[in-house]
Amino acid sequence: MSDEGFPMNNVPIGTRGKAGRGNATVSPSAAARSLAGGSAAPKKPVKKANAGAPAKNPPQQGGPRTTAKRAAKKPRTASAASKVAATKNPPQAGGVPTAGQTNAPRLRAVTEADAQAAATAAAATSAKRTRTATAAPLAAGIPLDEIFSAVLQGAQRVLGDDWEGRLAAILSTIRRRVTGDFDVDEFGFDEHITDIGIAAIEPLAEKWFRLEVRGEENIPQDGGALLVANHSGTIPIDGLMAGYAVRKYSGRHLRPLGADLVFSMPFVGQMARKFGATLACAEDAERLLTTGEIAGVWPEGFKGIGKPFVERYKLQRFGRGGFVSSAVRAGVPIVPVSIVGAEEIYPLVGNVPSLARLLGFPYLPITPFFPLLGPLGLIPLPSKWIIEFGEPIRTDAFPPEAADDPMLLFNVTDQVRETIQQTLYKLLVDRGNAFF
Amino acid sequence: MGRVVLVTGVARDLAARFARHLADLAEGGTDIDKVVGIDVVPPPGELGGVKFVRADIRTPVVAKVMAVEEVDTVVHMGLVPSQRGTTVRGGAAKELNVIGTMQLLAACQRATSVKKLVVQSSTAVYGASPQDPAMFTESSSPRGAVKSGFRKDVVEAEGYIRGFSRRRPDILITTLRMANILSDQVVSPFGAYYESAVLPTVMGFDPRIQFLHEQDALNVLSESVVDDRPGTFNVAGDGVLLLSQTARRLGKPIIPLPPFGFGAAASRIARSMGSDIPPDLHRLLKYGRVVDTAALRDIFGYEPIFTTEATFEAYRQKVKPGLFAMIGGRR
Repeated sequence: MSDEGFPMNNVPIGTRGKAGRGNATVSPSAAARSLAGGSAAPKKPVKKANAGAPAKNPPQQGGPRTTAKRAAKKPRTASAASKVAATKNPPQAGGVPTAGQTNAPRLRAVTEADAQAAATAAAATSAKRTRTATAAPLAAGIPLDEIFSAVLQGAQRVLGDDWEGRLAAILSTIRRRVTGDFDVDEFGFDEHITDIGIAAIEPLAEKWFRLEVRGEENIPQDGGALLVANHSGTIPIDGLMAGYAVRKYSGRHLRPLGADLVFSMPFVGQMARKFGATLACAEDAERLLTTGEIAGVWPEGFKGIGKPFVERYKLQRFGRGGFVSSAVRAGVPIVPVSIVGAEEIYPLVGNVPSLARLLGFPYLPITPFFPLLGPLGLIPLPSKWIIEFGEPIRTDAFPPEAADDPMLLFNVTDQVRETIQQTLYKLLVDRGNAFF
Repeated sequence: MGRVVLVTGVARDLAARFARHLADLAEGGTDIDKVVGIDVVPPPGELGGVKFVRADIRTPVVAKVMAVEEVDTVVHMGLVPSQRGTTVRGGAAKELNVIGTMQLLAACQRATSVKKLVVQSSTAVYGASPQDPAMFTESSSPRGAVKSGFRKDVVEAEGYIRGFSRRRPDILITTLRMANILSDQVVSPFGAYYESAVLPTVMGFDPRIQFLHEQDALNVLSESVVDDRPGTFNVAGDGVLLLSQTARRLGKPIIPLPPFGFGAAASRIARSMGSDIPPDLHRLLKYGRVVDTAALRDIFGYEPIFTTEATFEAYRQKVKPGLFAMIGGRR
């Protein structure tokens, strides 16, 4: 079967009819076979020599295909099989119209000599492959000790020198997750899962988006703070990146405030809660801020994240300024955060408002790649990101009743918005090309 | 002449235990003289020193009972969700909850002897929706329209109680909004849910839930009877558990079902296992609900003994371990 695809060998076994007449589809004509025979002929003696049983299987008998096949199907090692083939061959040889030497058997019984040759060849190759040539005789068995040492080396390489302790820690972590022995806070924040998630998005942030963080000293080291950022990018990846940056540069967790749509969506809402997000409402914001957490808010909301690509980096209306009132009530500083790079990850060039309304979404994005390439279109474009944490705006100087003074709230809102807008322009100039 | 306390709904286990507890207090030398229990059906267990009156609070008979016994404190514990295997099922629940509360309040308004009303309400009054704040305070306004079921009953009953408080400002009213009680001793919606060998959950949702230990519930109730604690208070164990966490701790496998048509499918699965998912849990199993108990500590002055987790652990140690308890369950 070594020469598959060679015309001669494509003759199906058991085709009846006169030899020499091809049926033009599967079996070639005699002429075609003789044309091909020239190159086929030298191969046969080689095979015969390998077979190592020329005396029992005379070449002129040719080996009609039926018997050869039967012999091959018989137990391979037994020489009895070849004996059977040999004894049965003579009566049938004349009866079956064969085409002489071109009709040499493709299949033959495997003999002991074959098995020996194969074994030595395998031993030679395995000896070549294994580094230690002395291990060659053992290659037939399973090298348990080698596997064991490889596992140990792998564990050491992955987990470091104290791999035993780390492995035990990992296993106990898994056990605690499986048995439900972990804590979540009232908001559903699961610190452990969040750290795993942040480790998982690190390559995305560092290698794909080449995230650059400026002004990380403006993230308060302790106490509550309200981070206010611009929102863009069709899918709120900027929230993830801001959370990553806060965790990396201050060691604290960002608690994002999200729209109710997030929490009504299956899987998304569940993960959002576990990553520390909660509903963007005055109660939750104040509860987080007064307990000394860093809350993150994107006051543009869906107006910002779902705006067309041509309006990139143009801040939308900053909600109704509710975030300022929450910060004033809690007396925590407002940190303006400018995020450059999120606009380019999914350039929103079109929208299907009617379908979006039907599905209950604020917008249904069309990007240059999204519906066109299917799931591939969901890969964010590798834009270059800069996140700048601005100078904190203190609110503790305001009297508590200022939280109910609309004019003051609008002024502070505008101040935050202008700061972010001007920083965005500056960062855009600094960044240059969006992708390189 | 000591005080006379009327407890409604004593055929149910928590009310029966509370009435017994009050009767013990009466014997123990407090100013409580007599405890009268009232329900449509006789209680299955022993009521001890409680005087049981078989009467329907949906009828004006309750006014006569109050007049005859000269009741000065009414503890309304008849506000309960419908549940299989109890006296309150299906449509009867609404009748009992809403009409029963109306009749009881009407009787209280007439009775000159009544000085205090304690109502066991439920945190179900807040509902469960994605628009909810992470924690409800007593002043949180319920979000989303009230459609049906136990939540609507509670909202209506509390509305009647507010109206009653305007008409009789001299009566002290304590409304205790209790979280889901979880105990092997008390029939409760979550108790029925956790009985199932596999737990149906809503695919893609992992709600935060809070439990209340029966001991805390009884303590808060008796404190508001013995002392004066007017106001509305959330009562729940501290902390939260995720539904998936509780399933893992019990060692029970979960079946995530699609959100659409969850109620029907989940009930069918639960019934095939011989348990039940009360309809009040359907939305709770999707969005969860957590309440803030700061008012209970600061104004009422009670510190819950059992956290949500401790309540659940106490329950878990009493019930049969789940299918997966062998391989990964907690000891």
